Amino acid sequence: MADTIVIPASERKLKNRVGVGRTISSISTFAYRALLKMFKNPEIFVDFVVLPVMFTLLFAFLFGGAISGDVRSYLPIVIPGVLLQASFTNCTTAGTKLREDVDKGTTSRFKSMPIAQIAPLAGSLIADLVRYVTGGITVFTMGYILGYRPEAGVHAVVFSILFMMLVAWCLSWVFAFISMCTKTISTASAIGVVVMFPLVFLSNAFVPAETMPDRLRFFVLRINPLSRVVTTVRRLLTYGAIGADFWFTLFGALAILAVFIPLTLYAYKRKA
Amino acid sequence: MENNAVLAVEAHGLVKTFGRNRAVDGVSLSVPTGSICGVLGPNGAGKTTTINMLATLSKPDAGNVKIFGYDVLRETHIVRQLIGLTGQFASIDEELTAFQNLTIFGRLYGYSCKDSKRKANELLEEFGLGDAMGRSLSKFSGGMRRRLDLAVSLIARPPLIFLDEPTTGLDPRTRTQMWRTIRDLVKGGSTVLLTTQYLDEADQLADDIVLIDRGRVVANDTPDGLKRSVGSSSLHLTVKNADNAADAARITECVLCARVRLAKASELTAPMDDIGKLTDVLTALKDAGITLSWINIFQPTLDEVFFALTGEGSKDKKEENQNG
Repeated sequence: MADTIVIPASERKLKNRVGVGRTISSISTFAYRALLKMFKNPEIFVDFVVLPVMFTLLFAFLFGGAISGDVRSYLPIVIPGVLLQASFTNCTTAGTKLREDVDKGTTSRFKSMPIAQIAPLAGSLIADLVRYVTGGITVFTMGYILGYRPEAGVHAVVFSILFMMLVAWCLSWVFAFISMCTKTISTASAIGVVVMFPLVFLSNAFVPAETMPDRLRFFVLRINPLSRVVTTVRRLLTYGAIGADFWFTLFGALAILAVFIPLTLYAYKRKA
Repeated sequence: MENNAVLAVEAHGLVKTFGRNRAVDGVSLSVPTGSICGVLGPNGAGKTTTINMLATLSKPDAGNVKIFGYDVLRETHIVRQLIGLTGQFASIDEELTAFQNLTIFGRLYGYSCKDSKRKANELLEEFGLGDAMGRSLSKFSGGMRRRLDLAVSLIARPPLIFLDEPTTGLDPRTRTQMWRTIRDLVKGGSTVLLTTQYLDEADQLADDIVLIDRGRVVANDTPDGLKRSVGSSSLHLTVKNADNAADAARITECVLCARVRLAKASELTAPMDDIGKLTDVLTALKDAGITLSWINIFQPTLDEVFFALTGEGSKDKKEENQNG
């Protein structure tokens, strides 16, 4: 029981900063914690398995005939759309787990510990990557079952899932920030729905923009950045190529990340 | 500098305001290494706000804190390596098992996977939670949770431990267990600063008591010193006929020149500086024709200190409010 003897403060070697190695290890510990909790609550799988399945079926059979003549030829349009919707809906709830920790007071304990202050935040959001990937795989599996065979092949599918994961992850920092600023968790989720729902539907995710009235088409193609994301994925899956939209989306997402990491950290520190 | 290093906590003139409310208003305290300091006060006195500033959770609006000589604001990360904090909050995850909770915190404190598992097992044994290690926390009793919470702050064996109301809501048995654990911590070389609203807890555990009321330190002394400050002992009288209680109180007040409290309808208590005055009281009561059914002299308890020091305070406050 040598461990029970406390080393006096004066005999400890102490540094007033956290090393990079320790930070990475704390982040992965927090990610592990978030994953453990995720798998203890199977109902959250509804968000990233059941909903994508439902939406793929719903859109394919409801709109397939009307938009593309038949379900099968609608799939190249709707699968990237559902992929976007699944990922982006998931990222609106990114901050809720963090906010629960804040409200319960768990973060107070984390704050009093010798760890990097960003670790609980980053760990929790990194664990969310699992959700985006699961969502993506679900969407493409559904597509495959319905007969969707992307021209560019399997590696384009993998690349699309990873690309969408990255974009959604960058965006999730915005929603983590919002959840740290609102009074309650439910306000934050409400903001997530109110912002995301119109943006997803007023894009080319489910319907080709060509059929839209002029002004709406202008908004959908020129203003709504989500259309660029969908276009990128469609191009990837069809031609296996990346274009200007890809770089626009990628740099946009990284810019959001660069702005919102410090903002979210600031809000989180204030709240905890 | 050498002398400063001996103090585990040294705080000067801490102030924290929330809006217009000065939750902590100039608190100073010092805790020597290896002692237990009890911060005692009623609800809302500013105990938790004070502990939060000491434990690097919130920045004081004014004043400064040194933990083992390290400045809380400038050397925050060093301070965090020296302290363990068990707050009133639930810092453990309900969804996870006790073992998982402890290993996660072990990893966060920088231990390897293997070491965190070993530490988790050791702590669970030490805290009598060995049988429950695999169980989900939702099946834990309040006392078990509290112990697990404390175990988490002991993973790194910090030399200074903050305990915010460690026994609030515990039954007498688990409370005694908790007291024993806290005493063992100090035997192991730790310094403990705890807050409590229970006077007997402070009396039982603390080497020094800091009495806080409305954000200010109203007294700072050893438990015995505090007791002495309200009078060496107290007189308890029970009158046979409750109708005479008011008269008896008035007479006793006259003789002792001290405030008499009516505990029950027929019971009165008064502080007594001079035991010799006992005969005067009894004679005066006899002359007034009041018969007593019971009489006793008690050593003062912290309750009396508490009421004497904070009770007066709340009266001042009312007057302030009326004047303002």
